[in-house]
Amino acid sequence: MYDKKFTRKVFLNYIIGISSVALFSSIALPVLIYITPPKGDDIDISKVTAAKVGDLLPNSAKIFRFGNKPAILINTAKGILKAFTAVCTHLNCTVQYSPEAGHIWCACHNGRFDLNGKVISGPPPRPLEEYNVNVAGEDIIVSKKD
Amino acid sequence: MDAPKIKDRLIKWVEENYHIEPFKDIVIKKQVPLHEYSAWYYFGGITLFLFIIQIITGILLLFYYKPTEGAAFESVRFIMTKVEFGWLIRSVHAWSANLMIFTVFIHIFSTFFLRSYRPPRELTWITGVFLFFMTLGIGFTGYLLPWNELSFFATKVGTQIAGSVPYVGGFLRTILRGGEEVSDATLGRFFACHIIVLPLCIFAVLGLHLAFVQLQGMSEPLSVKDRQEKKSIPFFPNFLLRDILAWMLALGVLASLAVYLPAELGKKVDPFVSTPAGIKPEWYFLWMFQTLKLIPSKIFIFDGEVIGILGFGVMGFILLILPFIDIWSRKEKKNLFLTLLGIFMLIFMIFMTVWGLIDKGRQ
Repeated sequence: MYDKKFTRKVFLNYIIGISSVALFSSIALPVLIYITPPKGDDIDISKVTAAKVGDLLPNSAKIFRFGNKPAILINTAKGILKAFTAVCTHLNCTVQYSPEAGHIWCACHNGRFDLNGKVISGPPPRPLEEYNVNVAGEDIIVSKKD
Repeated sequence: MDAPKIKDRLIKWVEENYHIEPFKDIVIKKQVPLHEYSAWYYFGGITLFLFIIQIITGILLLFYYKPTEGAAFESVRFIMTKVEFGWLIRSVHAWSANLMIFTVFIHIFSTFFLRSYRPPRELTWITGVFLFFMTLGIGFTGYLLPWNELSFFATKVGTQIAGSVPYVGGFLRTILRGGEEVSDATLGRFFACHIIVLPLCIFAVLGLHLAFVQLQGMSEPLSVKDRQEKKSIPFFPNFLLRDILAWMLALGVLASLAVYLPAELGKKVDPFVSTPAGIKPEWYFLWMFQTLKLIPSKIFIFDGEVIGILGFGVMGFILLILPFIDIWSRKEKKNLFLTLLGIFMLIFMIFMTVWGLIDKGRQ
């Protein structure tokens, strides 16, 4: 028959155990919070001047900075300006425009997107976010869709 | 006073003051089995030797390296172009890292095929698997430090893989990157992990691993264990001398690679350019990288990459608990299915790695 009395020794063992957990937590928790970077790194912008009119020949593209993430501005073979996030939805590589194939390509895992940002082939699970493109005077303005 | 006398007096002084007899007994009485598979025993020692080289060359690189976004690439270029023998030190560091990971792979596979993890050596295996994971970690964190294009995008992919883990992925990715993106903050974190956090953890686990090996001795393969006539050699000095010979051979290979194929620096990171064609991680991650290319974007309702990454996680966990799930080796029996599974895994990894090396990527 199991008969363990709640002696002073058992009580002290409990107290020491609980105190040890509390002590460890009081050290580990601030360390964990310390290594979690503070918010505020993201530059949240909704509009940016991506290029000047005439910078991009038809069937070419350029990567530009949209906040702190890369985005891609494409002048299609038909001369239509398109812009998307350049961050591949698979594993975050920066995509590029393939003038030969006329689509967007990710070099990391061979993901391909059409000029509407939709996945054509490869492992990317989601389409690329498309941005609005407007021309204001000499500037090509790219903005987030509402 | 002549040299032997000084040596004898020194040994006597140590013995009198530090009571080292139990340790001395272990070393002197230890025997190493001698059989047709004995060659595999040396790869653990070679790995240790290469780790020591890593520490020495790593400390030397620290004299000049600057872990900031603005200075990292330039400081490595300075080491390679301005500092006398700087190119050699960096090259030895880079090559010994690669060779160390290579010998770790050989060590872990040979231990698997010889079933050396069977009781009573479960903890030796578990500490070894942890050392394997930490070695990959130290390779991954060190790869970013030159702050070149290849390492930048490899880190982006690698940290995003951590980010794909369900529920905690976002938190893990932020902790690893030090923010939302791979940046200066990531470089600082990787530097701290590479030179302090991981080496300290490796020291601790390596201490246990080596202590287990010394206390329990080398495992005998199942096919050798029941032989009538067994051969063995003393660990000290016979096996140790052979070990040192293996180290010298490893040093020769390392020096040749470092001199004839010096480590390259690549192009400095520009976070706002497209990932270049032909991008690939270090060779030891290549089989996983290549596998991820083949997984479709959706598997049922799940994202393909999540399934792939969970698959790798499950494989790592199975590797860790192998001594407890290999019920055959626990009964001192070899299981052909498990051997074939290991051979398949090895061929798969080699095939995917070679494919990854020759795959240039097509637009």
